[in-house]
Amino acid sequence: MRFVDEFRDPGIITRTAEEIRRLAGATRHYRFMEVCGGHTHAIYRFGLKDLLPDNIELVHGPGCPVCVLPMGRIDDGLSMSLQPDTIFTAFGDMMRVPGANGTPLEYKARGADVRIVYSPTDALKLARQNPSKHVMFFAIGFETTAPSTALTLMRAKAEGLRNFSVFCNHVTIIPAMRAILDSPDMRIDAFIGPGHVSTVIGCRPYEWIARDQRKPIVCSGFEPLDILQSIVMLLRQMNEGRSVVENQYKRVVPWEGNRAALRAMSEVFQLRPYFEWRGLGFISQSALRIRDSFAEWDAERRFQVPGIRVTDPKAAQCGEVLKGVLKPAQCKLFGRECTPEHPVGALMVSSEGSCAAYHNYQFLKSSMVPEIHAAV
Amino acid sequence: MQKAAPAKLRFKDPQIEMAHGAGGKASRRLVEGLFAPLLFDGSTEPLGDAGCVNLDGTSLSLTTDSFVVKPLRFPGGSIGELAVNGTVNDLAVSGARAEALAVAFILEAGLPSDILEAEVRAMAKAACTAGVRIVSGDTKVVEHGHADHMYITTTGIGRRIPDVNLSPLSVQPGDKILLSGPIGDHGITILLARGELDMEADIASDTRSVLPLVEALIRTVAPGLRWMRDPTRGGVATTLNELARDCRLGVQLFEQTIPVRDAVRGACELLGLDPLHIANEGQFLAIVAPGSADEALEVLRATPGGEGAAIIGEICPQPAGAVLVTTLYGGSRIVDMLVGDPLPRIC
Repeated sequence: MRFVDEFRDPGIITRTAEEIRRLAGATRHYRFMEVCGGHTHAIYRFGLKDLLPDNIELVHGPGCPVCVLPMGRIDDGLSMSLQPDTIFTAFGDMMRVPGANGTPLEYKARGADVRIVYSPTDALKLARQNPSKHVMFFAIGFETTAPSTALTLMRAKAEGLRNFSVFCNHVTIIPAMRAILDSPDMRIDAFIGPGHVSTVIGCRPYEWIARDQRKPIVCSGFEPLDILQSIVMLLRQMNEGRSVVENQYKRVVPWEGNRAALRAMSEVFQLRPYFEWRGLGFISQSALRIRDSFAEWDAERRFQVPGIRVTDPKAAQCGEVLKGVLKPAQCKLFGRECTPEHPVGALMVSSEGSCAAYHNYQFLKSSMVPEIHAAV
Repeated sequence: MQKAAPAKLRFKDPQIEMAHGAGGKASRRLVEGLFAPLLFDGSTEPLGDAGCVNLDGTSLSLTTDSFVVKPLRFPGGSIGELAVNGTVNDLAVSGARAEALAVAFILEAGLPSDILEAEVRAMAKAACTAGVRIVSGDTKVVEHGHADHMYITTTGIGRRIPDVNLSPLSVQPGDKILLSGPIGDHGITILLARGELDMEADIASDTRSVLPLVEALIRTVAPGLRWMRDPTRGGVATTLNELARDCRLGVQLFEQTIPVRDAVRGACELLGLDPLHIANEGQFLAIVAPGSADEALEVLRATPGGEGAAIIGEICPQPAGAVLVTTLYGGSRIVDMLVGDPLPRIC
């Protein structure tokens, strides 16, 4: 398969892993945060950790939109699904995320009209096909998905489609990275920077991280070779005492970003003064709301939104895991009360959540390491 | 008369959800926690797709399966064809040749008769190909809106093929894992056939009777054949996880040896799915003794429809109860059973 197999070539991967071992030496410890959930997933799925020397530690970042969404927002969104003649639509990732009263799938099993869509335009199509119903799209995601929500809203307005609305939960990545860097227990040496987000915002918004915080950052693709090559680039920067923004994912990420996408976002969205992030708390100017000129399509203004706030179970340590302070398996609930099948925290739900990735791909392995090595 | 102690039920889920029918963890919880303790005499036998019945010294296999696939027709097959092949295959992988089927239809009022006729014709053709007779049936019609066009249940009875003794408990470390052909075709075909994704691919369901392949395998390596199963819902990953738990051994797969068509790989990449979790309707897994593995592979590949067969891994003492995949680069990852339901109503 073109554009995939080239980046999974075992020969090149083995050579890159050797290069990493050579650059990392044995004298110091490196802590790299991969910002995106997509990276976390790929690292586990391809067993990349097994290829890295012990002194390179990968810390999972906050870039999983499902994981950082506070439970209360899920309940708010689902409360709208209980209105008569309403179709609740969301991406598949959202379907098993628990609110205080159940997941979207559980609401569906109880009779709510809950449907998976693969794009917000699918939700718009549903609205056209069901003029007597109201179709609400539960929008989540970073700058990766926000432009498509924006374009969908622009189209709804142009068509005058009144039975469609968006419950907007879009967030932006830079404030989250700032929150992590400002956190007192933060101990990250460098960042494997966002890939898909950067296709929209470009590489410039990360410059302060390299300049002011002296942390190297490399925007990275999601194939095994992309991630390993980004680690090589970070090690080179650190060994040479440099800290700059570099773009490993040049085949997809333009340095200046995607202007058309940014224009659509700024036409439809404005920054919220503040927004709650699961595990990270309130972060100012970190999320998007729908502008007044699109108020008619804003579910928060069309419906009575209860504004539910649910605190996470006390024992759950999602915040510490999100900030990279704890490893997934160090959380008290991991693998016991909290499993992919019965997730307590959202990190366990999404395949990009670090807890789910760790549980699905590594947990059993780490709990029986000696035997496995003997067997393999 | 002694009163039996009330069975302790482990099934605590408050309501039935789609995941309970998806063949993964929730399905297993339902079967082991509710159905087995109340219905199967508290049997401690590992649960298979077909049960064994002894009638006057004749050993028979009995199985049943319901089909609720949406859409009814898809590239490479239809609900009628699935309904016959699915049951024939459940018998085949339990080491039995299907002799007769009973069929039950649940039809929705308003179903166009020509659609029903096409499915009945598809069933007749599939039964003829598989060499099985349909001997009994039942029809129910429910109000419009209370079913999705039509559902079919088939129940099959088969004669056990002599010289085979299949059980997860006879699986041993060192045994090889054979797969009859490329995986994921059926699940991805159904997903694309629904037209909800703006995606097209040149791909068709793999629905077929696997009996000819199974018979060829039995003829050649019967004593070395330990266990077989068709990896339908939940895919190869779920089926092998069940095996690992039942035989209390580890399953070690080698990623580069697992046959997957490019169209399936591509769709899985785009949708974030693992081909190991995608359903198949015309493939089976067989565990064979190491000494018989090469011969088994040879005979499968020489049988029409088995050209894509491969040895994809082996049984290890560890990780007991789990499935581990070695990636192309020597890294490894655990492959769990399917959790939830990425593609509901695929068969």
